[in-house]
Amino acid sequence: MAGAPAPKPASATPPPPPRSVPPPPPKPAVPAPKGSSKTIKLRIGRYRPERSAEPFYQEFTIPYRDDMVVLDALNYIKDRIDPTLAYRWSCRMGICGSCGADVEGSPKLTCALYLKDLRKSPVTIEPLANFAVLKDLIVDIEPFMEKLESVNPYIVRGDEKPIERGEYRQTPEELELYRQQSLCINCMLCYAACPVYGHDEKFLGPAASALALRYEMDSRDQGSEERLAAVATSHGIWQCTFVGECSVVCPKHVDPAGAIQQLKARAATRLMRSMLLPLSTR
Amino acid sequence: MERLAYDIVIVGGGAAGLRGAIAAAETSRALRIAIVSKVYPMRSHTVSAEGGTAAVLRDYDSFDSHGFDTVKGSDFLADQDVVEFFVRRAPGEVIQMEHWGCPWSREPDGRVAVRAFGGMSVKRTAFAADKVGFHMLHTLFQTSLKYENIERFDEWFVTQILAEGGKVAGVAALELRSGTIHAIAAKAVILSTGGAGRVYEFTTNGAIKTGDGMALAYRAGAPLKDMEFLQFHPTCLPGTGILITEAARGEGGYLVNNKGERFLKKYVPEKMELGPRDILSRSIIQEIREGRGFDGPYGHYVGLDLRHLGEEVIDRKLPMVRELSEEYAGIDPVHELIPVRPGQHYIMGGVHTDITGSTGMAGLYAAGEAACVSINGANRLGSNSLSECLVFGAEAGRSAAAYALTQGPVGSNPVTALAKAEETRIFDGLLKREGGESLADVRREMQRAMEEHVGIYRSAEALEKALSLLRELRKRFDRVGVRDKDPFFNTELTATLELDFMLDLAEVIANAALLRKESRGAHSRTDYPKRDDANFLAHSMAFRTATGPRYETKPVTITKWPPAARVY
Ligand SMILES: Cc1cc2nc3c(=O)[nH]c(=O)nc-3n(C[C@H](O)[C@H](O)[C@H](O)COP(=O)(O)OP(=O)(O)OC[C@H]3O[C@@H](n4cnc5c(N)ncnc54)[C@H](O)[C@@H]3O)c2cc1C
Ligand code: SF4
Ligand code: FES
Repeated sequence: MAGAPAPKPASATPPPPPRSVPPPPPKPAVPAPKGSSKTIKLRIGRYRPERSAEPFYQEFTIPYRDDMVVLDALNYIKDRIDPTLAYRWSCRMGICGSCGADVEGSPKLTCALYLKDLRKSPVTIEPLANFAVLKDLIVDIEPFMEKLESVNPYIVRGDEKPIERGEYRQTPEELELYRQQSLCINCMLCYAACPVYGHDEKFLGPAASALALRYEMDSRDQGSEERLAAVATSHGIWQCTFVGECSVVCPKHVDPAGAIQQLKARAATRLMRSMLLPLSTR
Repeated sequence: MERLAYDIVIVGGGAAGLRGAIAAAETSRALRIAIVSKVYPMRSHTVSAEGGTAAVLRDYDSFDSHGFDTVKGSDFLADQDVVEFFVRRAPGEVIQMEHWGCPWSREPDGRVAVRAFGGMSVKRTAFAADKVGFHMLHTLFQTSLKYENIERFDEWFVTQILAEGGKVAGVAALELRSGTIHAIAAKAVILSTGGAGRVYEFTTNGAIKTGDGMALAYRAGAPLKDMEFLQFHPTCLPGTGILITEAARGEGGYLVNNKGERFLKKYVPEKMELGPRDILSRSIIQEIREGRGFDGPYGHYVGLDLRHLGEEVIDRKLPMVRELSEEYAGIDPVHELIPVRPGQHYIMGGVHTDITGSTGMAGLYAAGEAACVSINGANRLGSNSLSECLVFGAEAGRSAAAYALTQGPVGSNPVTALAKAEETRIFDGLLKREGGESLADVRREMQRAMEEHVGIYRSAEALEKALSLLRELRKRFDRVGVRDKDPFFNTELTATLELDFMLDLAEVIANAALLRKESRGAHSRTDYPKRDDANFLAHSMAFRTATGPRYETKPVTITKWPPAARVY
């Protein structure tokens, strides 16, 4: 996704009016710690709905180390230069899925991307494309959550075995059938990379489809009927034109593009069956 | 101010909170349950747990064995009635997770697989490769979506427990997205807010682990128990503190010094790499002090050697270890040693609860890492805490549900008025503050003080020093200005609230450590190197007063395992 557009403001939440005085001008950058003389420039896409309707860019110069990830740079800015900068993060080990942003136009986990690998200054960091921006790098996750919830992402069974009778047996081979799709960390990078989602915000999209397939392929599940119906709607899997960018950017190798293709095959089989077979044998 | 009302409010959407919500929802469909979480539930730090969940799942294993390992690991400070209850409940919880779809790793015959873990005398740790917490959290979160009586308030930050006449009335919460404070009335509140690792500088804990729930309970008048006990995990990547799971040793990895020796033979010859964490962490520090560590840009470290396991085993059983080593340390464990050193990892202490999850304050419950029930005593065994989140999360959920069903409607409780005062404190107090102190500086200095003076080894002198630094930092905190004046999604404001909580907890931890004049489990006093059962076989209970924490002791419950020397 080269040349991603400037952040688009959230339309759903009209910014409340400013409450108080504007912040004082940022303090000058703190000098580099002893021993490191190199610096790097970051150009950050900012959006402060309580102050101005327009997003803008702000540049920061900070001391540079070879082992710095983009998130370290953001934390440096927040801790030492401008505490008003807003972004999400927690685990800083690539597993909580909260720190996604567009870096140099591609969606990345900021905690897992080394500045040294970008070989560039300034480095441009913007909120994830295709999502409404709430403040600075923070985007609105709600539409994504609704998509996840729409695919019945849980085991559905007609008969439930009592806990005392132990586990449902599942062989390592059966586990392997859905393991890849179960690795999604909900980071939404795939949505930021998806041109179909860029045009149709109702499109079910990559991660939610992969999640549907994860339960589809699980030997314990019996909820296929409703789940396939839930993904094969007018904004569902058939909208996917197989660009495949989602699988390219996915940091956990979930291959959501492949998942959508598999779901299409399963949904098509189901459709065929329902057309060909008399009701009684379905 | 909008007023919301639920039967049960669960603060926290990690393993303990989600398990509690489901248990409460299943108790009665008539109960309305709210999960209030400062991050979307799947971001909770449970997500980072790697190694596994302990439960007796095999014929060769027994409740007594799991119970005794846990009690011995705890250096006899765990309450044994609670431990017995815990080990009996854990297997059902692991199977329940299986029924809900958790992708546990399997044996060839389809059973849930188990692996070896430190301090566990047999293989009893269930796992889903080395992304156990991640899979458990997503399974619980996705399963919770089935229940119509569970509602969520994601990215709502609870700032205060509201109470009237010593009884819980609800919580005040800051909705990040709108920047407004809400009153949420409730008959019962469960705190499942996780640990407090961010009080330290070098920790495996994510940014959100700031101990909020412990501070909330403490401020509401509930005592904190055993706060002097913090676990330092032996194997963390220098620099970042990212954890390399104990499963790496469970699967056969070695710890080596700069001479290439498996130095643990001098310290825990029987258990070697599978010794308990407190002893392993001290052994590493000892090796480093005696000059047998490696030197790196982030200080001294030792090596974790997985090379003899081979690429196939590493990729199948420890894929995340390889991923983290490659991405965050720039080395490939198939060919190189992983640099590791001890770092803060877990807090054994927390909000005091009884075996049902009740804190003693009417309507207030706690579970998970935020709570201290206590199965962990002076040192937790790896893979017991996810099981604890399941067993006691569920138990607190059921207890809170039973209690809520006996209570009248929340209609008349005064939460709106109470939350108004909280709104004033935050928006007119904190947000308008113009002090010259920097939030990040005060936080960093607190973390450094704890790291240096309240770390793996402690002494009266060091602890006094920590306390005087903390007093100074508390004064400086009052001069911390908030530069972002917009209430809307103000992460500077929430970080300020978190620091306020952490300063309370740091004071409680350091004081409790000073009062415990013995060495037990993870608490090692250089000036009192021996365990002292005559004087200290007791829990510490910290109560908040205007002049700082006041401590009481509470006897340890002993059922079948009399305290004995702890040798491995
Ligand atoms: C790297 C790592 C690896 C680990 N590996 C293992 C392992 O292999 N086995 C094992 O048994 N244990 C392991 N542990 C320990 C275990 O993961 C944790 O103890 C456990 O997950 C804690 O779960 P929890 O539900 O109590 O809290 P968390 O998962 O931390 O959840 C806390 C919740 O509270 C919410 N919250 C906090 N404050 C507020 C507030 N003010 N307002 C609203 N919401 C709030 C958060 O949003 C979050 O949802 C590991 C820990 C770490 C750090
Ligand atoms: S499929 Fe991959 S890119 Fe998309 S949300 Fe999941 S982990 Fe992220
Ligand atoms: S901070 Fe958790 S994935 Fe980056």
